[in-house]
Amino acid sequence: MITELIITSTIKITLVIIVILTGVAYSVYAERRISALIQNRIGPNRVGPAGLLQPIADVLKLLLKEDIVPAKATKPIHTLAPMISIFVALCTIAVVPFGDSIHLFSRDIRLQIADVNIGILYILALTSLGVYGITLSGWSSNNKYSLFGGLRSSAQMISYELSMGLSVVGVILMTGSLSLQDIVLHQFGWKWNIILQPIGFITFLVAAFAETNRAPFDLPEAEPELVGGYHTEYSSMKFALFFLAEYANMIVSSTVIVTLFLGGWQFPYLQTFGLPPLVVSLLQVFTFVIKVVAMIVFFIWVRWSIPRFRYDQLMNLGWKVMLPLALANIVITALLIAIFRS
Amino acid sequence: MLPNWLARPALAGLGLSPGYSFILYLALIFNHNLNFLQFTFENILILFFSLLAVFGALMMVTRKNPITSALYLILNFFCVSAIYLLLRAQFIAIIQVLVYAGAIMVLFLFVIMLLNLHDESKLSEKITYKKLSAILISLLLFSVLAITVYFSYMNKYREIHSSAETIGTIEVIGNELYTTFSFPFELVSFVLLAAIVGAIVLAKKKFD
Repeated sequence: MITELIITSTIKITLVIIVILTGVAYSVYAERRISALIQNRIGPNRVGPAGLLQPIADVLKLLLKEDIVPAKATKPIHTLAPMISIFVALCTIAVVPFGDSIHLFSRDIRLQIADVNIGILYILALTSLGVYGITLSGWSSNNKYSLFGGLRSSAQMISYELSMGLSVVGVILMTGSLSLQDIVLHQFGWKWNIILQPIGFITFLVAAFAETNRAPFDLPEAEPELVGGYHTEYSSMKFALFFLAEYANMIVSSTVIVTLFLGGWQFPYLQTFGLPPLVVSLLQVFTFVIKVVAMIVFFIWVRWSIPRFRYDQLMNLGWKVMLPLALANIVITALLIAIFRS
Repeated sequence: MLPNWLARPALAGLGLSPGYSFILYLALIFNHNLNFLQFTFENILILFFSLLAVFGALMMVTRKNPITSALYLILNFFCVSAIYLLLRAQFIAIIQVLVYAGAIMVLFLFVIMLLNLHDESKLSEKITYKKLSAILISLLLFSVLAITVYFSYMNKYREIHSSAETIGTIEVIGNELYTTFSFPFELVSFVLLAAIVGAIVLAKKKFD
């Protein structure tokens, strides 16, 4: 029993990590091609057909570069910081369900690495740890631009964590469970949380953008002011790890947004079409992937459409708009539930 | 630089946590003193995390660089959280990470970084009567706690209680908090509110 659990978990973890890392490589490629499209350029199209092998070339290049550590940097922490970043980014995926369950080799396999009954708290806890990677990298580089980037990012993440946590409460109230699988199961048919919880969705989306340090909230690495922000002093694979972590974060938060608000792996009324169960399971996974890809494209689209916020605007938005909105959402949701359920 | 009268209690507060985890470790050894002979997967994990927690605590106290100390303390928090998880207290485990590692230590790290203690020798003090008395008091506290743990748990719980599975879940804790313990719960929230208002008043005075 326990060996079977360990074997299936290992297979699932390996598969998911491979998918995410490939996804990261190709979302970088997608980012470059889409940004080129938006800015009327061509983008990378030389390596392989339509530039599809570009990510592999990039990875090879980054691996072969010289690894430079500044002389006055605090070396152990300088090395540790990118590891923390990538650890946090990859661990969050553990509780996200990417399908119901699939019947293979005469047993039911749940398409989720761990169905923890405190799934959302797990995600919030891990994202709150993401600050360390960035702050420590900024501090240990012994460079004022890096330190500024690190501090900005910590302040930003701490401010938006609150509205992120609060905007989830609405969903939890509706579902009555913290398990992500339950939340997805609750959104059958068209009862997606984006329709039932529009304010929660918007606040969560904005907070997710801020948490992943993506434009329009990419102040930690604001090139014109801070050179490159917290990763100014990083080179070679350590820089690549930050890069990887940023895109992995983007993919993971897309999966979380899809799970919480866009119905997860649910395809409306798929179970009623009378298809064989294996096809249904595969279609559900496929639906999940399509939704996540759409979300990633949305992330990229926003980055190349909206200019960066000023720092005070960012803080004002976080504390004076998002937080009251999220709180109001909780109160309204609780009231409506109290009225209609009694 | 933090004023001295503030720095000491802060350090003492930090110092409490290693001792705390050591006691948790002791409790575990006593709880499982038979089970440890049977090397189940779970027991090996508990042993591993307890040893790692003690290691993190020791390193946290002995390092000179305050940032390194803070990082070892985070390692310690993680191990304690892992032990909670192995004892089926999921909610407390995740709150340990969310609140201590994710929020409080971030602020600590912030303060340490902004203070930018170039001269680390300032933090390493000579042995004074204060330090000696502190060591004595910690030893006393430790022995009291150890004895309590030893006598209260020695023969009672040799293995994880069968109801632990349900007690640690968020549903049960939430139900208890909002029914049996609703008054203390609300009281605590008022105390916290007062603390927040007080902090803002103090901070505003400085800027007005």
